[in-house]
Amino acid sequence: MQVIELRSIYKTYHLGEMSIPVLKGVSLSVTGREFVALMGASGSGKSTLMNILGCLDRPTSGAYWLEGQELSSLSADQRALMRNYKIGFVFQNFNLLPRTSALENVMLPLSYTAQNLSDREAQRRATNLLDRVGLNERFHHEPSQLSGGEQQRVAIARALINQPSLLLADEPTGNLDSTTSKEVLQFFQQLNQEDGITIILVTHDSGVAQHARRVIRISDGVIVDGDSPKGVLQTNGFSGNAVLAEGDLS
Amino acid sequence: MKVYKTVRTALRTLRRNPLRAALTTLGIIIGVAAVIVMMEIGKGSSTAIKRTIATMGANNLLIHPGTAASGGVSFGAGSVMTLTPQDCDAILRECPSVRNAAPEVQARTQVIYGNRNWVPMSIIGTTPAYLEVRDWTNLAGGEMFTDRDVRNGSKVCVLGQTLVRELFSGESPLGKEMRVQNVSFKVIGVLKGKGANMMGRDQDDILLAPWTTIKSRVTGSPLTDVNQSSASSGSNTLSEVNTLNKLYPNARLNLYPLPSPTQAADTPLPVRFTNIDHILVSARSTDEIPLAIQQTTELLRERHRIQPQEPDDFNIRDMTEMSKTLSSTSMLMTNLLLSVALISLIVGGVGIMNIMLVSVTERTREIGLRMAVGAQARDILRQFLVEALVLCITGGIIGILVGCGGSYLVTLLLQWPTETSLAAICASVIVSGSVGIVFGFYPAWKASRLDPIEALHYE
Repeated sequence: MQVIELRSIYKTYHLGEMSIPVLKGVSLSVTGREFVALMGASGSGKSTLMNILGCLDRPTSGAYWLEGQELSSLSADQRALMRNYKIGFVFQNFNLLPRTSALENVMLPLSYTAQNLSDREAQRRATNLLDRVGLNERFHHEPSQLSGGEQQRVAIARALINQPSLLLADEPTGNLDSTTSKEVLQFFQQLNQEDGITIILVTHDSGVAQHARRVIRISDGVIVDGDSPKGVLQTNGFSGNAVLAEGDLS
Repeated sequence: MKVYKTVRTALRTLRRNPLRAALTTLGIIIGVAAVIVMMEIGKGSSTAIKRTIATMGANNLLIHPGTAASGGVSFGAGSVMTLTPQDCDAILRECPSVRNAAPEVQARTQVIYGNRNWVPMSIIGTTPAYLEVRDWTNLAGGEMFTDRDVRNGSKVCVLGQTLVRELFSGESPLGKEMRVQNVSFKVIGVLKGKGANMMGRDQDDILLAPWTTIKSRVTGSPLTDVNQSSASSGSNTLSEVNTLNKLYPNARLNLYPLPSPTQAADTPLPVRFTNIDHILVSARSTDEIPLAIQQTTELLRERHRIQPQEPDDFNIRDMTEMSKTLSSTSMLMTNLLLSVALISLIVGGVGIMNIMLVSVTERTREIGLRMAVGAQARDILRQFLVEALVLCITGGIIGILVGCGGSYLVTLLLQWPTETSLAAICASVIVSGSVGIVFGFYPAWKASRLDPIEALHYE
């Protein structure tokens, strides 16, 4: 089943008179339970693509289906709703609320859901997730009292609280040392395999990308390589293949 | 449910950064408290100044009896006796703009105590209301004579400071017997010093006694003798004084037949048993002086049965100079207060504005994050509005308490007069509150319109 389907996505920024094309016709499909690494040099358009995938931004043209729902025409409020229900974000700089306990940080997205969880239920869910990411006994610590790895784990727990189908990680290991990076990436793999969450991980580090089962390379606004990385075998259910950009290649 | 959740989120956010919340609230507290303290001190001072000027008699009216004129010769104010003590009672009873009224009977004669004598500037026969009219109710000692003393014509008096000094030289005059033109009076009270009036006349050189006593015992005209009407008294005086009568006859021709005794009995003219020299009236306030004049005029014309085309048989004087001073002073104070309040409000408002702008701008990334995890623009707006409201309400309440407490302390410690001003409280709370809400809301509104991406990467 296709989780993500992108068809000839263009994104052009306008700076006064100049218009800067960033994405030049990206088409891509990702099936469920995939673990994709999105690689590219800075300025290649990977962050823009990430923002469009995460419903933070809308493409200038093109169509985007997330679990069969067309999203490029949604209003800002509807996109906020999609971000809340279907997408979890993990950022490079964690973006936790300062002076707020880990538990409350994890429960933050719940305050914007329409379904009214009772406080106890919300807390139970958050506690379970924090247990799961391995943040034992430190539920009531504030971000400043946690190490980088712990902060990123809190951020992952926050991304998972609404049980999203898509987890977007933007350079999640950029601010971490190699040991904690490895732990976090292993946790991503575990999530992908055990819970079947589709993960898209943006990175410029091929070492990080190796943890994914498929690597998509983007360069100058188009996808140049959608194959699986070496040494990662295709598993069941993996059928997606990045369609080469149609537009500006000629 | 949604509202409850937002309030809880807002409270939690505020608790997360108590210093920032406290600083923001402090801005509002200072804004509100400054305005309230300034206004209360200002209003108290203004009232005190007005009261001081009013004590000088700015609200007083003096009613003189009318002027007799004959053949082009006028005899000046007070040459006809048209005012009665009943007029005075009626003015007090029937004119709503009049606070108090007292009759005055004057005499000028020698007073004697022991081997000393003195001729006071004024010997005034009056009623106890006189002191209230002149704002002189605090006595230095003893007490004022009563209405009963006035009815009985008791031989009691109250002395001014100059008189005490001249006659008693250090002794307490209370309870002593002194003589006024061979009538012995008992001193029952001593007035406080009032000093000279605006014309430099010593106001302490005064003896107050019941007007009945002065009228009947001192000026030497017993009550029963004074039953002449004004007209006859006037013409009698005229015919005696005016030696040109024969050359220029001024006697009116009787064009109409005189009323018969029966007719006269049917329409009795008021018989004035006695008259008084002046009536001293105090208006309720400076603004009501013209009204008091109008009401008194109408009442006296009616009581004296004056036809519409005839001139008044009395004159009303107000203290124009003083009441002008009073009203211009109070206008000046009002303007001063207004500008002080406006400036304090602006200062307070700018303080609140700054801290609100800073604290919301500082949180742009938080806004970005909230939007990334699914907050809609209106969730953000609502949260910041509620936060601003909570801060403004808390700050406003504390500000009112601090402001009122501050002005109370000023009164307590410095003995400055202050006066609670509801208008100042309302204005300061409304202005500070709206400034806080607007400037807490505006940056949040801007942030909520931001791209979540930009907000997330805001440094």
